[in-house]
Amino acid sequence: MHRVNLAIIGAGPAGMAAAAEAAKAGVRVLLLDEQATLGGQIFRNVEVGSELRGAVLGRDYRRGALLTDAVAKSDVDYVAKARVWSIEENHVAYSTPDGEYLVEADHVLLATGALERAMPVPGWTLPGVMTAGAAQIMLKQSGIVAREAVLVGSGPLLYLVAVQLVRAGFPPKALVETQTRSDMRRAMTHWRAAMRGWRYLQKGAATLNELRNAGVPRYVKSRNIALLGSRRVDAVHFSCGGAIHEMATDTVLLHHGVVPDVQAARMAGIEHHWNAQQNAFVPKVDPWGRTECDGVWIAGDGAGIGGAMSAELSGRITGLAVAHELGSLPRAERDRRANPLIGQRNVELSIRPFIDRAFPPYHEALAPEDEVTVCRCEEVKAGQIREAAEQGCLGPNQAKAFTRAGMGRCQGRYCGLSVSRILADANNRSMDDTGYVRVRPPLKPVTLGQVAALHDPNAPLEQAGGHD
Amino acid sequence: MKPVSRFEELESGAPRVPVRFGGQEYQLAEGSNLAAALMAAGVDAFRQTSHRGVGRAPFCMMGACFDCLVLVNGETRQACLMEVETGLDVQPARRMREGPYASR
Amino acid sequence: MSSDFAIVGGGIVGLSVAWGLLKRGLGVTVLDGADDALRASRGNFGLVWVQGKGLKQPVYARWSQTAAAAWSDFAEELEDATGFDLSLEQHGGLDLHFSENSLADWAARYTKIQSILHGDYPFEVLSAKELRKEEPGIGDAVVGALLHHQDGQVNPLRLLRALAEEVRRLGGEILSGKQVLSVTHGAVFDLGCSDGSRIEADRVVLAAGLGAAELGPKFGFKAPLSPERGQVLITEKLAPLIRRPSLIARQVNEGAVQIGATNELVGQNDAVTRKGMAQLAAEAVAAYPDLARAQLVRSWGALRVMSPDGLPIYQESEQMPGAFLVTCHSGVTLAAAHARRLPEWLLKGEGAPDLEVFGEARFAI
Repeated sequence: MHRVNLAIIGAGPAGMAAAAEAAKAGVRVLLLDEQATLGGQIFRNVEVGSELRGAVLGRDYRRGALLTDAVAKSDVDYVAKARVWSIEENHVAYSTPDGEYLVEADHVLLATGALERAMPVPGWTLPGVMTAGAAQIMLKQSGIVAREAVLVGSGPLLYLVAVQLVRAGFPPKALVETQTRSDMRRAMTHWRAAMRGWRYLQKGAATLNELRNAGVPRYVKSRNIALLGSRRVDAVHFSCGGAIHEMATDTVLLHHGVVPDVQAARMAGIEHHWNAQQNAFVPKVDPWGRTECDGVWIAGDGAGIGGAMSAELSGRITGLAVAHELGSLPRAERDRRANPLIGQRNVELSIRPFIDRAFPPYHEALAPEDEVTVCRCEEVKAGQIREAAEQGCLGPNQAKAFTRAGMGRCQGRYCGLSVSRILADANNRSMDDTGYVRVRPPLKPVTLGQVAALHDPNAPLEQAGGHD
Repeated sequence: MKPVSRFEELESGAPRVPVRFGGQEYQLAEGSNLAAALMAAGVDAFRQTSHRGVGRAPFCMMGACFDCLVLVNGETRQACLMEVETGLDVQPARRMREGPYASR
Repeated sequence: MSSDFAIVGGGIVGLSVAWGLLKRGLGVTVLDGADDALRASRGNFGLVWVQGKGLKQPVYARWSQTAAAAWSDFAEELEDATGFDLSLEQHGGLDLHFSENSLADWAARYTKIQSILHGDYPFEVLSAKELRKEEPGIGDAVVGALLHHQDGQVNPLRLLRALAEEVRRLGGEILSGKQVLSVTHGAVFDLGCSDGSRIEADRVVLAAGLGAAELGPKFGFKAPLSPERGQVLITEKLAPLIRRPSLIARQVNEGAVQIGATNELVGQNDAVTRKGMAQLAAEAVAAYPDLARAQLVRSWGALRVMSPDGLPIYQESEQMPGAFLVTCHSGVTLAAAHARRLPEWLLKGEGAPDLEVFGEARFAI
């Protein structure tokens, strides 16, 4: 077992920024990430990607190299391909291709970012269907693009991926968009705040322009979306403007927003509450990223969706706060450095109420038909969750015992919110009262051999004698 | 017969190495992401689900969905977290036959 | 409205009793707790187990045997009614030993109870070689095993679900999210719940697991119950590897291997710990070396409901006649006995089992 001052889980913008900032203040930092390179999902392969990819992906992506550079030039101990499977009382257990490790950290920072919100529509489990983010990762990491994808859903990432496909020379066949005009009207009530984030509005307008110029058809306010096919997807069915469409395609990219990846925070026992604006559970953190669990911090989208810039700023803020806690940075100096960052973060966050209302989750995917699979791992349908509710299941833990929803390898990452939402609706209770599936280790599957490697035969558990 | 791919590889610099998937040989870019490379080579289903036995393919490409599960040297792995190496022998993760005691 | 019986606790124990009462035509209301309540019914190991139980109290050994013998019929009836496959298998179970001394020691204890039970305790001592013939996946560290032919396993979550469905189908009422806080006993029992509601019943069965420790004294019970944590690991679904269940691991019919369990005295703490996981994994790999490459997919910690001597408690309240305490740490094994035999005891009918030794008189004040 080794010791560090700060162990950071996740090397995306928040994790990298926190690592660099804390290391600069003299903190011994261990930065763990499951991927082979720095960057997280947003800046995946930014250090090693080709010029062509950079041109397709744009300036916001290439900016990520500043962060990877900062980490590379710092004293941060960065471990790639590290699979963290347990976080317990300031001990982090992780597995790497070189072996099994246990590190004791004075502080642990969870910078695990976001996941795309699951979009359970009929046929979403078929091969050929993936998230828009997945398609973007293929582009960033491998320079591979879908020849004629149909993008389905809503939100800034949907447009961004569409434009990147256009720039790569393979414009998407269509955008099937689920947001409505009344969503936009509701969003406009936040225009004043949004104007502080004018950069985003400007970028959004430019993106839509680029799509228009490329002649990509947009079907706005689409409904009754179903993905058709038997062994793989071969068409998208939807209705739009009174017409019913069935569009042939071999690749469907789904997206209707992102939600915090709360697995690590839930496993650590941090309290969460329902955030109606973001339509997601969000962990309880203070402005520094401090949680109620002693020595456990959260920064970036994992603490509530704010985007890459906000995540980077949050990472730096938490890095400073941890350095201060460790005695490496006087309070006044912490505040002097953090205050402008907090101000910038407020500006970054000012666009969020607008985005959240302009591009709300697709309502049919929040209340899927009975026949739609919600738990991909254990193949549990929405109707089975409703049956469990009828059987008296008030929350997802009893429903898990009844239906197996959330019991699979992903441990509820892609069904947790759907299951809680369906139960809340069926029982007519709030999301907070309904709760969330309890997350236990391992955070990611590891082999029994890998877990057994941490067993110390000289220090066995204290166990009660056998039973009668 | 090589299936037609629904993907295009923008760059084709890396040397190709042989990788087997489900008994069939593919020439994939060395060091590239295994899940992406297999999809670009025309592979659709990576695993069979455990209850209904239907095909699944990579969904999130970021290690969270577990739909790209494959078997390598008898161990279950996520293809989206692996790199292409020469001579890899990959099997799709198959549904286990459910069975009572007598069939074990 | 008042029902014949209110059952406090919607776990396997409470539902088994409820089912048995409903089958006898009685009206039953089950009061079940919150989604995040401590629930042993969601966290157990799924064994239908006889060996090792009641070595110091033969009546308990007998009671476990009664349950095991009633299981196949009980399972069949539930399966026919619900269409669920409970995956009951009673082909014997193993207690694996890593040292010759412990194997000989336990074999001697089994021989002793066998003679007390007039030979009705069908077990064999398997040598390493014999064991490997039965279980090819066993590792070299295992020197032998006790094979008890009355042991088996069942899918405990399907059992829970089947009981819940059947209790409803038979006309029982299951109220969720009800935490009972108070009781008054006049013409009927009047139970006050945390949500402000009141439930009336002629008789009450307290089957609230660890919840009975706090609630029991309000009914006049001692209810000296305390938690004992068991951590359990679950692998991915694997090809057939383990035939008979053991106390170290069992392979469920869907292919996953379940590994357990720890016995820790840590109070009301149902956390999974890294240390517990590592120890369970190490034991499982020592017993079945092929498991080293199996992926660990999930884990849980749950709290056993332990009386001071580990035996069940069946007691009618002297202070409030008509209130019964029913509690045990082997709710799965005993489910068949609770469903089939306990109603007669509750109703003081003919042929009621003699459960005197399980009364609270055995606990000094």
